[in-house]
Amino acid sequence: MNAFSLRRFLALLKKEWIQMRRDPMTLRLIIMMPLMQLLLFGYALNANPKNLPAGLLTVENSKYERTLVTALHNTGYYDIRRLTSEAQAEQGLADGKLLFVVDIPANFDRSVDRGESPSILIDADGTDPTAIGYAVGSLGGLSTALDHDLPPVRRAQPASPPFQFVVHTRYNPEQLTVLNIVPGLICVVLMMSTLMLTTLAITRERERGTMENLLAMPVRPVEVMLAKITPYIGVGYIQVVVILLVSTILFHLPVHGSLLLLLFVRGLVIASNLALGITFSTLAANQMQATQMAQFTLMPAMMLSGFFFPFLGMPLWAQWVGELLPTTHAMRIARGVLLKGNGLPAVLPDLWPIVLFTIVVVVVAVRFYRETLD
Amino acid sequence: MTGFVIDVHDLCKSFGARKVIEGLSLQVAKGEICGFLGANGSGKTTTIRMLCGLLVPDSGSGNCLGFDILRDGPRIRREVGYMTQRFSYYEDLTVFENLDLVANIYEMADHQNAVRNIMDRMGLADRADQLAGQLSGGWKQRLALAACVLHQPRLLLLDEPTAGVDAKARREFWDLIHDMAGEGLTVLVSTHYMDEAERCKRIVYLASGRIVVQGSAEDVARDSGLVTFEGMGEDIDAVSRRLRHMPGVEAAAVFGRALRIGGMDRVKLEDAIHSVADAGLSWQEVEPRLEDVFIHMLGTKEGKA
Repeated sequence: MNAFSLRRFLALLKKEWIQMRRDPMTLRLIIMMPLMQLLLFGYALNANPKNLPAGLLTVENSKYERTLVTALHNTGYYDIRRLTSEAQAEQGLADGKLLFVVDIPANFDRSVDRGESPSILIDADGTDPTAIGYAVGSLGGLSTALDHDLPPVRRAQPASPPFQFVVHTRYNPEQLTVLNIVPGLICVVLMMSTLMLTTLAITRERERGTMENLLAMPVRPVEVMLAKITPYIGVGYIQVVVILLVSTILFHLPVHGSLLLLLFVRGLVIASNLALGITFSTLAANQMQATQMAQFTLMPAMMLSGFFFPFLGMPLWAQWVGELLPTTHAMRIARGVLLKGNGLPAVLPDLWPIVLFTIVVVVVAVRFYRETLD
Repeated sequence: MTGFVIDVHDLCKSFGARKVIEGLSLQVAKGEICGFLGANGSGKTTTIRMLCGLLVPDSGSGNCLGFDILRDGPRIRREVGYMTQRFSYYEDLTVFENLDLVANIYEMADHQNAVRNIMDRMGLADRADQLAGQLSGGWKQRLALAACVLHQPRLLLLDEPTAGVDAKARREFWDLIHDMAGEGLTVLVSTHYMDEAERCKRIVYLASGRIVVQGSAEDVARDSGLVTFEGMGEDIDAVSRRLRHMPGVEAAAVFGRALRIGGMDRVKLEDAIHSVADAGLSWQEVEPRLEDVFIHMLGTKEGKA
């Protein structure tokens, strides 16, 4: 039996194509999935929430206090309302109706003027650290809020009301998040869909009982796998185009580099994902297992590729793991080409790991594809 | 070459700790229709899978179509038509598309014609564009048979091909098989139906991974040593209940207006019949039927007696 027969491959490819076409629901989902994710990440999921409910506890209505409240309000993070009692403050925090309680001590103005550096206590609801992170960070920028109002004696000294927080990010972070996320999203969405779809490919044959018949016929593993992968490369490209189009229209994604280069690299990335999916498919005994395997890879890929967290902020071991994943390199290339206008020489260091990964995975898949039912 | 299409010796196969086949030897001559019988789990499917190279035996040796079953799996598969127990063609492909796929996988010359011919022969032409998943059981069976004889194999391995198919479709299916055997095709077919077993030239009875009995249906029935009596009369259900637990009565079953009892010990059987004489049944000894023989073998610890 010859090692590869184009005729057998084409026959299997035709079969896959017919099967895909007869399943319009899956096809629709394939197109809708990236759209939904794009809109979710672009609009709904906001890592930098504003106008968080904050309560103000105060004894008198003093000059410095008014300045501070205005300053807090101006950060954009605090939506301040006055509270009448400590009990109300506790209740608000407990209910989640308040994320912050700002407690200004009695005789605040006088203490400041005397240089006693009084403490303003801020109770923050820490159950969701990301929700309050930026708001807390903005406090650091408020240390000088009272400077203009201070009496001349105090101004000379480095008066510092005790807010010792991180410096507030100055540019509009919301805009940047979207631009940073779209190139990454292309990679993550591609991975989710192509990996999932192919992971199910061979296990489905096994569960439907068609595998036994396929094995009983003279087909080579390579032919079966290529035939399964090829249609999904097309599907992957459709997804890439949808994401790019929608991002350009809705989020004004700049395309600084060569679109052709990007599409070429996407092809390799899709192939690597599909190869991985097929490998899982041959290793798994059933569709449930295959799905679990895919989930098992998706998580680290999203976490360690620099999609959610800055790559350089991760511990060294995590960076090493991240370097192994094609998604990490794919994401760098996508960001580089789209946002920085990188050309082929600049993306090469991230290109060969993807190719290497794909080759290794295909070898594993072919090795583990069982030609018998044992 | 031994002249046998299937010639295997001492095959053993275990799945984990469970021994499924224990020293199976089987010879099937060219053009023979060999019926493969045995209880569920007796190893029929495993044997068939080993014969076409889908499973590798743990030990034993043999040839299938002159190819070594241990080494030449891929070559055997080219020449064998294997029909799986469960329908294993694509339900979301039409009849024609399924057959077209198979023809191309076997790289047949002039596959268009081959597909058209087989559809005509199997009466599938009218359903060429119907999805396989929408076919009834009988038609699915036909499609599967068409697909596994499409490449003109020299040996057909059919694993319970007619399970769940109505009597007419089964009859037609077997007519097709006899036609093909007449053309020189060798057929090994597993079945649970006794009428089908009787249509085989030779039957092989498998129990616990061993061949217990083989021969023609008549020989098997005659050589079993089983004695059967048939009683006619009123109230045979009550008599059947009484007889069932008497010594020497291995099986007692009602067929319409007749009660059949069987056992190996003639004396004990006759004693049992005497003891129910009050019921007024008229008894006579009859030839054991294949079904009686198999029920007997199933009853006696999977035929090890």
